[in-house]
Amino acid sequence: MLLNQFLILGAVLFCIGVYGVLARKNAVMVLMSIELMLNAVNINMVAFGFQHEVVSGQVFALFIIAVAAAEVGVGLAIVLLLYRNQTSIDVEDFDLMKG
Amino acid sequence: MEALLAFTRPPLDWHALAPELTLLAVGTILTLVDIIWDEKSKQVMPTLAGVGLLAGLVPILTLALDGTDRAMFGGAYMVDDFALVMKALFLIVGYIIVLMSVDYIRDGDYYENEYYTLMLTSLLGMLMMASSRDLISVFVALELLSIPAYMMAAWRKGGRRSNEAGLKYYLMGVFASAIMLYGMSLIYGLTGSTSFSSIASAMALNDGVTAMSILGVLFVLIGFAFKVSAVPFHNWAPDTYEGAPTPVTAFLAVASKAAGMVALIQLVFVAFDNHEVIQPFFWLIAALTMTVGNLIALRQTNIVRLLAYSGIAQGGFMLVPFAVAGQASERALQAIVIYLIIYAFMNLGAFSVVLAVSRKTRSGELESFGGLFQYAPGLAVAMTIFLAALAGIPPAGGWFAKFGLFRALLDAGGAWAATLGVVVAINTVIAFAYYARVLGQMWFQPIHEGDERPIKLTSALGSALVIALVATMAFGILPGLVGHFGEVAVLSTLGR
Repeated sequence: MLLNQFLILGAVLFCIGVYGVLARKNAVMVLMSIELMLNAVNINMVAFGFQHEVVSGQVFALFIIAVAAAEVGVGLAIVLLLYRNQTSIDVEDFDLMKG
Repeated sequence: MEALLAFTRPPLDWHALAPELTLLAVGTILTLVDIIWDEKSKQVMPTLAGVGLLAGLVPILTLALDGTDRAMFGGAYMVDDFALVMKALFLIVGYIIVLMSVDYIRDGDYYENEYYTLMLTSLLGMLMMASSRDLISVFVALELLSIPAYMMAAWRKGGRRSNEAGLKYYLMGVFASAIMLYGMSLIYGLTGSTSFSSIASAMALNDGVTAMSILGVLFVLIGFAFKVSAVPFHNWAPDTYEGAPTPVTAFLAVASKAAGMVALIQLVFVAFDNHEVIQPFFWLIAALTMTVGNLIALRQTNIVRLLAYSGIAQGGFMLVPFAVAGQASERALQAIVIYLIIYAFMNLGAFSVVLAVSRKTRSGELESFGGLFQYAPGLAVAMTIFLAALAGIPPAGGWFAKFGLFRALLDAGGAWAATLGVVVAINTVIAFAYYARVLGQMWFQPIHEGDERPIKLTSALGSALVIALVATMAFGILPGLVGHFGEVAVLSTLGR
């Protein structure tokens, strides 16, 4: 069935995203990996919405796209701030405090 | 196509939306005032924000007196008694935090005007969260409350620690919401609906236990576990709490955590009924959160970090009733709501004292509390009451919160609940050890750096302290006050 292929694509994208968040050192690359995860969710949502023949899945995907844009805006602003104060965007350079 | 294009606006209940609209209006006014008068408006900003938050309480009162449940957007947005109790809590907490922020933000190196706008926006998200009964509205509310909070954590100009706090909070927060969304997509796929009530009925039909539903439910719960800084998803919290401006730390530790809890309450008690998955999950993370939070708090030397880990541990206590959500749902829900309300006031009180002391000592270390009683006896007594409340010693408020936990566990019965009760009891004792260390510093140690000048309490910070103190003592001596709110919440959520 067609749905499976979408779900597998979504799952693979999501896993790549998680890997990117955990393994990448560059803050911008981490942001992009998070975008991958969010888009995997969008694929799932649209596919499921198609399967159930209700529009709420697509609507949810639209909400995610809009909110993700706002999120990335703030994220890039924070990264820019860090670059100005510390001239680095390597997430491992930010270790003044150790949880 | 015709049917799709024929759009009619869903009916809006303006009265039910009045608290949110008030906050939105005040936030807009703040932005406009900032644009028009710029620097000159700095004096009125906190006053406007505070008045706006109190004004939001008026429609909540009228709605509470009216007493009918109002559902909008096909049940996605619900204004019932539970929502009203939580909204009132968020507004009062917001007001106290504005009071705590006034002098701190003015004297430090911060952008002042935008700070209050962002805080109101975040509070607006929290009010929405209290009413959300749908995956989409929960998601939107969560992002609306989180995104301004990311910025507030990084608010100190050129402060490397603050920047780092913001980055860590942002990355963990966004990562968590992506995981949560993936879980939501699986649940949506399983049930074909986003509203909590339809999810519950669809899951009941599906028997609840399929790989997909387990994965979906766990992913969503993990997403919120990040928000309430539950172990093992707590790594961001201590660093963010230490690096962020202290009033923002109080905001994150109290309001943001409460919002996460509100969402968890709706998810666990209304949407998901596969308790055979949820209960062990919460059993595990509640036990871990309490124990790890307390053990690490034991060896902290920075007071804000100590309060951060204490907050993590307190969050663990709040997660305990979720572990018996199936057997003793009424008592469990009541215990969580009561704990949330009492925790908000006692923790805000402790943070106000820390703010007052660090204004003079310019230090966040535990030693800066040395000999506090000798030169600021009032603050020392207030801090003692708040710490006693956090430790759960009567007559300060916290005992009733802990009492609620044990009552829920006893109601549930069985070996698992009993074991968790033992874990709670042990953790209460561990927590007392580090609260006692702060007490020891204040009452028995020599004065920090021999500086005996008294602490001048500003009127705003003083009022924040008094509100928190009065509430903490009132809840301890007259537990019926807060118990009533718990019962109201149970009635409206569980419908019995």
